[in-house]
Amino acid sequence: MSDILPLIVAKYNYWLYIILMMIGLYAMIAKNNLMKKLVGMNIFQTAIILFYVSIGYKQGATLPIIQGGHGGHSARDAVIHAADYINPLPHVLMLTAIVVSVATFGVAMALCVRIYQRYQTLEEDELRMRVSEKNNP
Amino acid sequence: MNNMPAILVLAPLFGAFFAGLAAWMQKQISYPIALAAMALSCFAAVSLLTDVIMSGTVEYRMAGWAPPMGIALRIDLLNAMVLVLISGIAFLNLVASVKNVEQEIPDRAPSFYVMYLLFVVGLLGVTATGDLFNLYVLIEITSLTSYTLIALGDKDRAPLAALNYIFIGVIGASFYLLGVGYLYITTGSLNMADVAGILTGIHGSTAVLTAFILCILGVWIKMALFPLHVWLPNAYAFAPVGFARVVAPLMTKVMVYVMVRLMVTVFGLEYIFETLHLADTVVWLAVIAILAGAFTALFQTDLKKMLAYIIVCEIGYMVGGAWLGNSLGMTGAILHILNDGLMTFALFLAVGNIIYMRKQAGFSHLSGLFAAMPWTMAGFVLAGLSIIGVPPFCGFFSKWYLVLGAFEAGAYHFAAALIISSLVCAVLFFKVFEICFFGSADTTPALHGPGMQQPSHDIHADGHAGAAADAGAGDHPRTAVMAEAPVSMLAALGLVSMAIIAAGVYAGTIVDTIILPFLQ
Repeated sequence: MSDILPLIVAKYNYWLYIILMMIGLYAMIAKNNLMKKLVGMNIFQTAIILFYVSIGYKQGATLPIIQGGHGGHSARDAVIHAADYINPLPHVLMLTAIVVSVATFGVAMALCVRIYQRYQTLEEDELRMRVSEKNNP
Repeated sequence: MNNMPAILVLAPLFGAFFAGLAAWMQKQISYPIALAAMALSCFAAVSLLTDVIMSGTVEYRMAGWAPPMGIALRIDLLNAMVLVLISGIAFLNLVASVKNVEQEIPDRAPSFYVMYLLFVVGLLGVTATGDLFNLYVLIEITSLTSYTLIALGDKDRAPLAALNYIFIGVIGASFYLLGVGYLYITTGSLNMADVAGILTGIHGSTAVLTAFILCILGVWIKMALFPLHVWLPNAYAFAPVGFARVVAPLMTKVMVYVMVRLMVTVFGLEYIFETLHLADTVVWLAVIAILAGAFTALFQTDLKKMLAYIIVCEIGYMVGGAWLGNSLGMTGAILHILNDGLMTFALFLAVGNIIYMRKQAGFSHLSGLFAAMPWTMAGFVLAGLSIIGVPPFCGFFSKWYLVLGAFEAGAYHFAAALIISSLVCAVLFFKVFEICFFGSADTTPALHGPGMQQPSHDIHADGHAGAAADAGAGDHPRTAVMAEAPVSMLAALGLVSMAIIAAGVYAGTIVDTIILPFLQ
């Protein structure tokens, strides 16, 4: 027990993202309502986005903007340490991932609308019943 | 610098943009624009393949930034071959699909073409890119467009099938993204070649193992390896024909390509087969996938669903071959990407023709097809024989390499699964041939819309009783009218059939000039 606690505290960001991911996965598998499943899917994707954002972070570092970086004197004169700046690359990657997850969510919601118009329900068990009624009358 | 890689991917992208724009003014223009864009992309792919064979790997640096900082498109022998396959199939399918699209979704034809082109952009990009994160984004472009296109199909069931595909597809892509995250933590790079170089020093790391498992699991979900295949049959069976024909041969094959690329280029075969001890387990998984796919296909009563389960079975071939751990197995798997793409495409083209003429592909609608649609059925029989593995056709050669690889690796269960599944495929296809040939052809095909539905009759009684009588009596007085599909559809099928024969006849050349040099 005494070994595990420091492990959790030191790497709390990983634990948090895994807990979030499992909440999302649980909702996607166990919930009966399609909308709730979609929310679960969004939580699942957000967990991964948070994971990426957290790996770019460094203790005591700041934004990677160099004062007067373009041709200014200070940039050329001062020594720049990578340790002073957080890593912006994972954050930039996540901009794309956010766009992807928004687009997926949009498409999925549009499909939900189509399903609701046809079957008047978003509950999965009722849907299954109505689909089989429709195909084997 | 050779600009072909950029043209290859950007032509359909801009094509999609202009086809969408043109549809605002004149609906009819969007199709020629799409066709021209695909033709350009196809030309670029062929010219790249010749370049790569002549003078080695081509690298295109996007916006001039050198890797590992910039994103590069990297074309070597393996993906040059896959690119030609993708662009060729996508182009031919576009030629063949006009009539299907007019019939099934006339009001939404322009949006179909726009999404179709974007789908092809995704596939080409996934294959051409040399960057791990770029690969994720392009996989998502492919998936998003395929969700929307599948939902255009069968009004009752397609949206639900597409939604289930979304849930599973998102999990797959997210696992891959997570794996890339772990790779980035350990290597600090996203460029495939660069990552591979850094990984050789840290083979024992658990983070690398986690990354590998997450990436491969994500790709397996996307390619529908057996226990993860549940989304595939419904999604492909309810999609509009014009799209089912391109997604069925290409999507899974491209994902197999991604797996091979991760195994060979990024993680390295040495790491996978010497450091990890997963190969036996995966080959067993593949065996289960092959048998489960083949036997489930036996119980289907719809041609599209049957073919969908055959795809699940073929995925098992390729995964198993790639994990046998020897060069013969890998050769077989790579050759099978090409061959299976061609064979599945030919089968789905034939099914598309049948659906165009008869509205449905349930087994009860297939009777008398040999008399009514002889050319379509010739293509179907040829592709079916190739799937079974009859020698002059290409399917035989990749299976031959796979079986040889299985014996060399001592994986006799895999060899047995290959042979059993070939037998099951033979049963399946001859069952279909029998229905098409001996099923009574006393009805004219339902050409003129849903009002002309054929009376459904009992196939088995009809087929078997008729078979014995017909075979003895010689020419049964069939009143079938020849009602063949339009020329554009037949031409595409004819070309693919020739490609199947050519890929069989020149299998040795393909292996010697493309696959073996790539593996060395």
